Amino acid sequence: MVKQGVKPDDLTKPFWEAANEERLVIQNCTACNRLQHPPVATCRQCGSGDNLEWKGMSGKAKIYNYTVVYDTPIRMLQENQPFNLAVVMLDEDPGIQMYSHLPGTPVDEVPVGASVEVIFEATANGQKVPEWRVAG
Amino acid sequence: MTTQNAPASFYRTTEGLGVWPHKGKVAAVGIGHSPTARRWDGTPENTMGANSILALRRAIEDAGVSPDQIDGLVIDPVTTTGAHWEAGDPIPMDVVNFYNPTDDPLDGIAKLSCEWLLKNMPELTNVKFTMYGTGCMSHAIVVAAQAVGDGLTNTCLVLKSWHNLEGRYNQAGVSAAEEVSGSYAVGPGRTIWGPPGCFGTALQFAEYCRKYGKSHDMMAPFMANSRRNGLLFPEGYWAQHRPEELTAEDYLAARWIAKPASLFDNDIPVMVSGAYLFTTAERAKDMKQKPVYILNHASSRGTARSLTPTLDEIQAETGSTGRKIFEGAGITADDLSFENMYDGFALFHQFHIEGLGYRGMKFGDALDFYQTDISIEGPNPVLPSGGNIGSGRSRFWMHTDCIQQLQGRAGARSVTGVKPEIAVSGGPMPMGGNFTVWSASPD
Repeated sequence: MVKQGVKPDDLTKPFWEAANEERLVIQNCTACNRLQHPPVATCRQCGSGDNLEWKGMSGKAKIYNYTVVYDTPIRMLQENQPFNLAVVMLDEDPGIQMYSHLPGTPVDEVPVGASVEVIFEATANGQKVPEWRVAG
Repeated sequence: MTTQNAPASFYRTTEGLGVWPHKGKVAAVGIGHSPTARRWDGTPENTMGANSILALRRAIEDAGVSPDQIDGLVIDPVTTTGAHWEAGDPIPMDVVNFYNPTDDPLDGIAKLSCEWLLKNMPELTNVKFTMYGTGCMSHAIVVAAQAVGDGLTNTCLVLKSWHNLEGRYNQAGVSAAEEVSGSYAVGPGRTIWGPPGCFGTALQFAEYCRKYGKSHDMMAPFMANSRRNGLLFPEGYWAQHRPEELTAEDYLAARWIAKPASLFDNDIPVMVSGAYLFTTAERAKDMKQKPVYILNHASSRGTARSLTPTLDEIQAETGSTGRKIFEGAGITADDLSFENMYDGFALFHQFHIEGLGYRGMKFGDALDFYQTDISIEGPNPVLPSGGNIGSGRSRFWMHTDCIQQLQGRAGARSVTGVKPEIAVSGGPMPMGGNFTVWSASPD
């Protein structure tokens, strides 16, 4: 299931460079000690852009919720329908969500609450992207 | 005349603001709609701009004022239903030049400015106040109500228009691209993972069902009721073009979009314009239509911590919105004759009405409530307008219905199990919207 290619921009470049090295990093405000995702230019709590860093994550998360997509607007994914589209929450901070197609999990057999581990998949242009696989 | 977005000071976004200072001092006195269509047919006579002019003129006529008495215009400049004019697509200059164009040739076709309207409605000779409320009619209403209350305009038109073009919803542009930007790829929107528009709502509904032991089929009575009410709305898409009931069997047989959201849980994008005329309560006394007074407006500006709102975040926000609505109007949930909260997606209507505590509802109660009598004939009407599900995606049927019900002009859709005295409408999203309390009486 190949996703659209990704062209890193200034804001997200560190996220994508880390993904190519098979590391998961998330924006963190060192002043607030608070993670945030998706990335933005300033801390969503204190409003400052001066204290943002990219912090390494363990790559462990839990499945929070999911739907089964039968009618995606994304042309490149349409031949793969239906597919799982889950939201996982990082173990470091359950307030931080990431999307996942849960590769290896049968459609509509998603174990909500189960542990997942990050993997990295190549998109259409070779840029790697974090994905998640049910642990164990 | 350069039109700006409304300043932040216009919005009542927090609890603790007390009663709205203009409570009962602003009134709706006119309504106008264009006909509906599924998509633009390409003719100059049926553009979104043409619909806009028609709806505005009908609202003026309905109110019984002369056009030169209009001194304000509040609109939503964004008119897309999800259909965008692709960069590089040829622009039909015959259509553009059928009207008095602005510098932007898509103005009046795929976007709308106050400037374009004023160029093409020469009868509006005294408009001195213009402002944008972007997103939907719920937003424009709040802006216009505050502007009239503040004395910035006395007789103000409010307009929301939609254009819909050929092609499937949101499937062009970035959705068809082979490469996208890094920010888009990890953003909360469509993203490279491919969520349809209803994805977030489907997630919240799935969590709601797990938490409270409910199921998707429990939505069927609500859906049938909404379509029934919509078919009694002669201005609406389904009543005009496809007068078909929606049975529980139809609903349950519908294909999934993002399970547990099915086709019918999504509203149908249409071309349509709607307009209202607002004025001061003082001026409204002597006008053609019975005034419907605005007791309060309130706005939700909550945002999700991460990619998509959780059920906890949704419920915290809708609870707060309910408290803001009632506090500013000086009423309680018990004072509501009926509710017309937003429904486009159907699966979040229950979040809105549980947040209101409509008919004593608590979180988790709404789907059971849907199994009782929620009809316009009963004591507990739910969405008597039929909303977007009943009449297509306008995001204004619920406001029109509130005004018409309180004026006694809702026709076959009139609520009969309650006396129509106070109602609430608004949206769109449970987390992010604008809401209005309407009343047959100013106090």
